[in-house]
Amino acid sequence: MAANAVSHASGVSRAPKSKSPLRLSIERFFHSPLAVAGLVMLVAIVFVTVFAPLFTHFSPSQPDIMNTDSPPTALHPLGTDGSGYDNLARVLYGGRVDLTVAFCAAMMTMVIGTLYGGVSGFFGGFIDTLMMRFVDVMLNFPFISLVLIVEAVFNTSSEWVLILIVGITAWPGPARLIRGVFLQLREQDYVVGARTVGCGNWRIILRHMLPNAMSFIIVLVSFQVAAYVGLDAALSYLGLGVPPNVASWGGILNTSTGYMSLRTEPYAWVPPAVMIVLTILSVNFIGDGLRDAFDPQTRT
Amino acid sequence: MSLAIGETASGAAPAEGAPLLELRGIKKYFPITAGVIRRRVGEVRAVDDVSFTLRRGETLGVVGESGCGKSTMGRVIMRIADPTDGRLILDGRDITQLRGGALRGLRRKFQMVFQDPYASLNPRMSVGSIVGEPMIVNASAPRREVPDRVAALLETVGLDANARLRYPHEFSGGQRQRIAIARALSLRPQLIVADEAVSALDVSIQAQILNLLADLRKEFGLSYVFISHNLAVVKHVSDRVAVMYLGRIVELAPKSLLYRTPLHPYTEALLSAAPEPKRHVSRERILLSGDVPSPAKPPSGCPFHTRCPKVMDVCREERPLLQEREPGQFVACHLY
Repeated sequence: MAANAVSHASGVSRAPKSKSPLRLSIERFFHSPLAVAGLVMLVAIVFVTVFAPLFTHFSPSQPDIMNTDSPPTALHPLGTDGSGYDNLARVLYGGRVDLTVAFCAAMMTMVIGTLYGGVSGFFGGFIDTLMMRFVDVMLNFPFISLVLIVEAVFNTSSEWVLILIVGITAWPGPARLIRGVFLQLREQDYVVGARTVGCGNWRIILRHMLPNAMSFIIVLVSFQVAAYVGLDAALSYLGLGVPPNVASWGGILNTSTGYMSLRTEPYAWVPPAVMIVLTILSVNFIGDGLRDAFDPQTRT
Repeated sequence: MSLAIGETASGAAPAEGAPLLELRGIKKYFPITAGVIRRRVGEVRAVDDVSFTLRRGETLGVVGESGCGKSTMGRVIMRIADPTDGRLILDGRDITQLRGGALRGLRRKFQMVFQDPYASLNPRMSVGSIVGEPMIVNASAPRREVPDRVAALLETVGLDANARLRYPHEFSGGQRQRIAIARALSLRPQLIVADEAVSALDVSIQAQILNLLADLRKEFGLSYVFISHNLAVVKHVSDRVAVMYLGRIVELAPKSLLYRTPLHPYTEALLSAAPEPKRHVSRERILLSGDVPSPAKPPSGCPFHTRCPKVMDVCREERPLLQEREPGQFVACHLY
């Protein structure tokens, strides 16, 4: 239909240039310096972790046994740890784990949360009451215990186990927020109008409600990502993060928690800490930028 | 301004003059619940036993104060709200119990124009998708013909055909209402329920939209249920007018009779409160005392007895029925 319309328009008279609401939002986003700074920072962080081999020839899992506990040198710019692992390599490669966990866990919670909250808010009434009581139960689910049990039962701990566990325990928060948005959208005249012209439930949800909830969902995703970047670090403190032989920002922080390393080896733990902070900060900036860009109140 | 959009929705239309829409004792009560177990402690009688018929090609104006149930009645007709009781008959068919696919299949016959054109159009859809969507979901036109039909519809309502490439936020209120009307027209309905369709617009734009609705009525043989609180607007568009008070129709009469010789004291008061365009005609204003009673606790007998200047003892006891007191003029009042 779009192609047809365009050819039709160019034939007779030029249609006035028209921007979709999405296009306008994107333009507003790029007009916000803080949001753009956050985006640039995040892209840079993702770049150095994905293309880590370009920045160091050391492997995060191959110790340099000739240079254990080395302070920063020309060979090891951030020194090595007690086993001879290159700190720079571990920071760069380690980002992969933390970023994967953060993005995948956020995506998983948001997909489950949107489906669940969307259905609950769309149908409302008894179904909604029932579904929200289950959310109440899940909100009190002991997350740490589940991590402990899964790791004990399957005798494994990896970033994928973490993502899965976060996915199945953390969705109730977003679900409840999205349910609220859908409840509100349900009463909008254009949603009622879609029903009166004969649209079915799925068409109403996918074509009318979801696109109008999308701005909210995207913003929520960004805050979820920010929340889960620090997750590995927090779990590593409890010994529940990814296994020690896998490099991760949280893992490096955890190995440097001794009083002596904190005092004498800042080159080992400051870089991963800075990376975590920068990632959270940039994701939050992007989230703020997206919220402003999608907010119809700030129309330019 | 002719528009080639397929055949009319109904294959074999019943005889001329047969009612298009009939409401029989329609009630819509909203429960008032209390406590966690949602115990039912009462009900709001938004629409309370409303019956009328709408003839083919007729425009019925519905007037009343805010909260008198006129919008709820419109939503019940549109089957957006389910009636608590009563029957809704469209084109000879009882649609009160229809659900799901069967109801969706019939929706092309009756369409709605909403009050607020800023809320009734999906901001994330182009005008072309908004106007074309009803034809696509009802498969009432082959998909590749939809853009052309949309263009024709937009021209019918007085917009440029290129408008379909643009988005609602680029249009003014009056233009948006035209888009909403084009959407309602896209299925070639027989009935359009216009719920305060012009009250959100500037006065100059109101006239344009009212004239457009009148033109479309002639062109497509439409019937309207025109809900409004504005007596002048209703007078302009309607053939017959129903006056609602507290969920009930208190008077239903041809426009000329109702505006010239209102029978019900409430209609009289309502008309006397409306500004009179001709200066030398001064009408005595009837001021009503008190507020509209709560529809959750409607008064016994006649709902208007608490404020009626001509109240009698029987009014407090017995509910008056809507009966024909003058030819064509129905009124629910013990005075007659």
